[in-house]
Amino acid sequence: MNPLPLNLLPPGADYAAVMPLLWAFAAAVLVLIAEMFWPYRSRRGVGWLTIAALLAIAVLGRAPSEAVYFGPIALDGFSGWCNGLLCLVAALSVLMSLDTLEVNGVTRGEYYPLLLFAVAGGMVMAAATDLVVMFLGLETMSMAVYVLAGMGKARRRSNEASLKYFLLGAFASAFMLYGIALLYSQAGSTDLAAMAGLAGEGGTSAVTRLGAALLLVGFGFKIAAVPFHLWAPDVYEGAPSPVTAFMATVVKAAAFAALLRSVLLAMPWVAGELQTPLWVAAAATMTVGNLAALRQRSLKRMLAFSSVAHTGYLAMAVVAGTSEAAAALLFYLAAYAAMNLGAFAVMMLLADRGRPAENISDLAGLGRARPLAALAMTVCMLSLTGIPPLGGFVAKVSLFGAVLDAGFYTLVVVAVLNSVLSAAYYLGVIRAMYFDDADSVAAGGASAASRVLPSRPALTVSILLAALAVVLIGLSPSPLLGSSLRALASVAGF
Amino acid sequence: MSELVFYLLAAITVLCALGVITRPNPVHSALFLVMTLFMLAVFYIILEAHLVAALQIIVYAGAVMVLFLFVITLLNLKGDPDEPAHPLLRIVAYAVAATLAAGVAIVLMGDAGVVPGGAGAGAVLAEGFGGTRALARILFTDYLVAFELTSVLLLVAVVGAVVLAQREPVAEAPLTETGEDA
Repeated sequence: MNPLPLNLLPPGADYAAVMPLLWAFAAAVLVLIAEMFWPYRSRRGVGWLTIAALLAIAVLGRAPSEAVYFGPIALDGFSGWCNGLLCLVAALSVLMSLDTLEVNGVTRGEYYPLLLFAVAGGMVMAAATDLVVMFLGLETMSMAVYVLAGMGKARRRSNEASLKYFLLGAFASAFMLYGIALLYSQAGSTDLAAMAGLAGEGGTSAVTRLGAALLLVGFGFKIAAVPFHLWAPDVYEGAPSPVTAFMATVVKAAAFAALLRSVLLAMPWVAGELQTPLWVAAAATMTVGNLAALRQRSLKRMLAFSSVAHTGYLAMAVVAGTSEAAAALLFYLAAYAAMNLGAFAVMMLLADRGRPAENISDLAGLGRARPLAALAMTVCMLSLTGIPPLGGFVAKVSLFGAVLDAGFYTLVVVAVLNSVLSAAYYLGVIRAMYFDDADSVAAGGASAASRVLPSRPALTVSILLAALAVVLIGLSPSPLLGSSLRALASVAGF
Repeated sequence: MSELVFYLLAAITVLCALGVITRPNPVHSALFLVMTLFMLAVFYIILEAHLVAALQIIVYAGAVMVLFLFVITLLNLKGDPDEPAHPLLRIVAYAVAATLAAGVAIVLMGDAGVVPGGAGAGAVLAEGFGGTRALARILFTDYLVAFELTSVLLLVAVVGAVVLAQREPVAEAPLTETGEDA
């Protein structure tokens, strides 16, 4: 028997491909150690360190002009683009958590390293060209987020959110693994390159379709698509708000990035073979999300259902299966992250007797107490509705247009009707901020001024940054749209 | 002959797995789980995956199950849950699970290459297949990245477990009354 080769590296391996991931994991470990020795009173220093690390990784994680590979890890335009998105969005979510962790019951500094681990896991998901590695990235991210959701340890709802997310997430992982195993049984490999060949003459085998369907069920849980969305409102509501903002943006973006690379790009036959169930799921997701959001009094829960509805819009790109739709999906993710973070940040401004105030009615009078924050909230809400010229509008136009080009007229009609429906509750938030002031004060309610947290510079800056991003994406979308197109064009074999 | 043995063992495995989810006593469930995991190890041996079979017994049927039993006895779980699910909900849950299981079974049985005797049967295995050396070779070459990622995953799990399990020192948990601490 031959001795083991001394060089264990896969053939053609280039360390440059894994460097962004190594930096991310190194940053997480570094912050974990730094947090141990950091004086408790100035814990926010760890937060600044985390932001610096994330910004550095966003720069270091850019793709070289020529794609490089390290076995099942690719650093091409796509993973470079996703690295940037995940790190920048995560950095913004850390910025808004600096001031708000304690009021949300998060007292432990492990928040920051766990968040970095989650980002690193997401980067693995976006870069993996092998289903096993993608799954491990997903688990690394999920494991960190299960714990993050439960970091409000003294709050029962946070505990419940963590347990619920963990149990259902583990369940979803089992489905996904089963799907991967079935695909392996057909392809003889977990490499994504082998998946395209599963569709021979006369379509795919039943086992292949079952495997792909189970894989999609696993993804459906992670992106909170109907009928696998039932955990989302409870977990989003129970988790500490900074964690919810992170989950609604970074975790969702990473899940969609993995869905793009491992299903949409690697298994182009999925869009054809599973078209009807995907179509129904996308339409049901946006409709259920919007209808449920209409009935919410809690702003946090409303945003959770709104996030489900946006999953529905995003899932249309998977139904369409074209590269234009995929590029529009990437662009939509960026715009969606900006406007959602802004909305969560404004919500985090409010607190009632040391507890976060999370109802829509708590916003009453914010227009007078904090005009700038209320303006930012207005921008985010209008953008979530899809009003021009904001980021959400451009994102919707490009996504709906791409789905229309693929020939799914009815689906786009459903999506447009849903957008109109969603205006009802998004505009309800604006009404609460500007017009409900007199009513609530007359009824003996506390005025908004008393609910706004006193001077929170980091939170204010993050609100302004998010609103600015929404406006900028809307006014000049072409650089971002062009970069997302280039990112997709760089994926090998597509 | 080998097919007969396979189906016999498969039937025992399924019965044990059913025992795991139907026994009201958690200790009984855990013991059925030991049996199920043990039977899976037998399948690994049939598939010539000897190292995996040994690891399955040492890690899963051994270490993990001891941990399970410790937790069950330490937590002193009652047999019945506080709130029994609504009977209708139970029926729906059983129906959905049965449909799913039947669907998966039909698809897998209907497709050659997955069941023994199908297209995959009779494949010639490389010398030393399933041994420590062969497994180590692919683990540290083809699956090197996956192997390293698993260690990161375990690190995250350890950090998470410590965060969730550690009692808060009283002085370190000032839940602010007014939110005006900064």
